[in-house]
Amino acid sequence: MKREQRESRVHERYLRHHKKFPNIWCAGCGIGIVLGAIIRAVDQLQLDKNEVALLSGIGCTGRMPVYVDFNTMHTTHGRALAFATGLKLVRPEMKVIVVMGDGDALAIGGNHFIHAARRNIGLTAIVVNNATYGMTGGQYSPTTPPGVCSPTAPYGNIEQPFPITDLSIAAGAAFVARSTVYHVQELEQFIAQAIMKQGFSVVEAVSYCHTTLGRLNQWGTAPEMMRRLKEQSITIAQAEKMSGEERRGKIVRGIFVTRDTPESPQLYRRIVERAQQAAGGANGPAV
Amino acid sequence: MNTSIHSVLMQGDEACAEGAIAAGCRFFAGYPITPATEIAELLARRLPQVGGVFIQMEDEIASLAAVIGASVGGAKAMTATSGPGLSLMQEHIGYAAMAEIPCVIVDVQRLGPATGRPTSPAQGDVMAARWGSHGDYPIIVLSPSSVREVFDLTVKAFNFAEQYRTPVILLMDEVIGHMRERVTLPPPDAIERTERAVTTVPPEWYKPYENFPADVPPLLPFGEGYRYHITGLHHDERGYPTEQVDEIRPWLDRIFRKIERNLSDILLYEENGVEDAETLVIAYGVTARVARHAVEMSRERGRKVGFLKLQTLWPFPEEVVEHAAARLHRIVVPELNMGQLAREVERVAGRHKVHRINRADGEIMQPSEIVAVIEGWTV
Ligand SMILES: Cc1ncc(C[n+]2csc(CCOP(=O)(O)OP(=O)(O)O)c2C)c(N)n1
Ligand code: SF4
Repeated sequence: MKREQRESRVHERYLRHHKKFPNIWCAGCGIGIVLGAIIRAVDQLQLDKNEVALLSGIGCTGRMPVYVDFNTMHTTHGRALAFATGLKLVRPEMKVIVVMGDGDALAIGGNHFIHAARRNIGLTAIVVNNATYGMTGGQYSPTTPPGVCSPTAPYGNIEQPFPITDLSIAAGAAFVARSTVYHVQELEQFIAQAIMKQGFSVVEAVSYCHTTLGRLNQWGTAPEMMRRLKEQSITIAQAEKMSGEERRGKIVRGIFVTRDTPESPQLYRRIVERAQQAAGGANGPAV
Repeated sequence: MNTSIHSVLMQGDEACAEGAIAAGCRFFAGYPITPATEIAELLARRLPQVGGVFIQMEDEIASLAAVIGASVGGAKAMTATSGPGLSLMQEHIGYAAMAEIPCVIVDVQRLGPATGRPTSPAQGDVMAARWGSHGDYPIIVLSPSSVREVFDLTVKAFNFAEQYRTPVILLMDEVIGHMRERVTLPPPDAIERTERAVTTVPPEWYKPYENFPADVPPLLPFGEGYRYHITGLHHDERGYPTEQVDEIRPWLDRIFRKIERNLSDILLYEENGVEDAETLVIAYGVTARVARHAVEMSRERGRKVGFLKLQTLWPFPEEVVEHAAARLHRIVVPELNMGQLAREVERVAGRHKVHRINRADGEIMQPSEIVAVIEGWTV
């Protein structure tokens, strides 16, 4: 069987049959590729669908969960990680995956993002970085490079972008990786590793939005933008051999951090034991 | 602690925390704020003892989000805050109403607006509790006026949240939160608890937003084999987004109906001497304590004064007020705001019958202020 055939069989097993298709994304958008990678990662890990929760915030990326047959929740703009924190704490056995756009994760949700990383609760955060607010029409986001034009930066963006991976590492994430929607197999592997990692993990999936920011800046069609992801990206090993000047404008792919730091739910379980001992045993049912 | 009948000196905030534990609350997420902080501090100590989870979040927006997430995971969950935090929670109150996720939000009111006077009593969040989030949705708001009532209404708040799949706000105030009273708590087995509904339908048939049974379909926890979708978008019976009017309308009708057809269960109040009264005083929260004194003082001086203490503020007990007002021409509504619940009383009873007494400077009302109105009111 060809790879595509095999993949579409896999996807069929995970897509919702009740849900009305086609999906809402523009033809050629990278978001669907990330969804495919999540599905294949879950399949590869042979996880039980009942154990998987997929949560999102608001945006084009936020529409991802509705299509898949997991426990799915489309929350509010920027706050998906906070919802996921509550769910994970009462259902520690579940694999809780959170998909967010760059605006969702880092502008309105920036505070929740760094605190989720700091707490190191076992969530898998996948940020689809298209460097813009796709859903509202291509306004500049916290990851838009300087100089780029957008409907709210008609003379060019003057703000500096957040480096998502550096930010995640500094905030305490246990696993931090970046790939692109061109490097699908790599992306799938990173997502699989992130899901299995104890603690908070972040995968940045670099994508594009050809219909809004791409069109405004005349970056060409979806295939052309996809080609640019291929040409502009380098591995961590390649990046290490380059000067700062040579690295400018490049997308560095790879696993930046994978470390074992105490997860706060594990520590909390110890507190529960201590508190119950001190109180002379549990006097109420656990959830 | 809560294992036998005993009489203890207890603070309102403490009664709220104990009421939550007694109701089966096993998850709390919050952010410190006066005068609600004691609830969080107590639950940080108590929840691990009963196998529950306490977490301090980065703000109130995240706190209510975590509460909703925990509720979706099957836990009875609560947060506690004051006015500034309530303002931040509004988007998620609407989300909980839209997605029909049971949760309890405690607001120990302090003087606003803005940072206001943090340690001073006020009742200025009555309208914010009802109408604070954008869009149309029903909500239940309860207001206690004693420490024992804090305990009882906290339990009720959880029961209503589960029974009707709705957010419930417990609207306390600084005095009730910080006041200490001697209370006798009911033994745990005497406490009525409503548990999360279950279903017998197989997963393929489960529809989390259908009309059945009785307009409140069960909400099944994530992780137990019933996989479905939750969204803040308008949705169909399965929870999938819809833009179809013939799916939005029935949903909207249902979420209002599930509250309206159960008013006899939801509306809590106490009436006293209303039958032969010439003047009626309607009050709630800390002001109900003051008003009771005023009513007693006036009665001693021969006035016929009825008293209606509201525990359920929303849905507003229209028929109760309407019934009492039908015979009466004088209704006094004292409250620690510029006239929030009085607007509702006026709407039902007619504006000319209602005398507002308002105070919003951080001090509680004196009984004499109410007596002066009762006795000085000549028709
Ligand atoms: C509180 C709030 N503010 C603003 C919006 C409007 N809004 C919807 S999607 C969106 C931006 C989405 O951009 P991003 O998170 O980058 O995701 P993308 O659409 O690019 O996948 C905004 C601002 C909203 N829904 N809620
Ligand atoms: S607007 Fe952009 S991000 Fe949204 S679906 Fe279209 S291409 Fe994708």
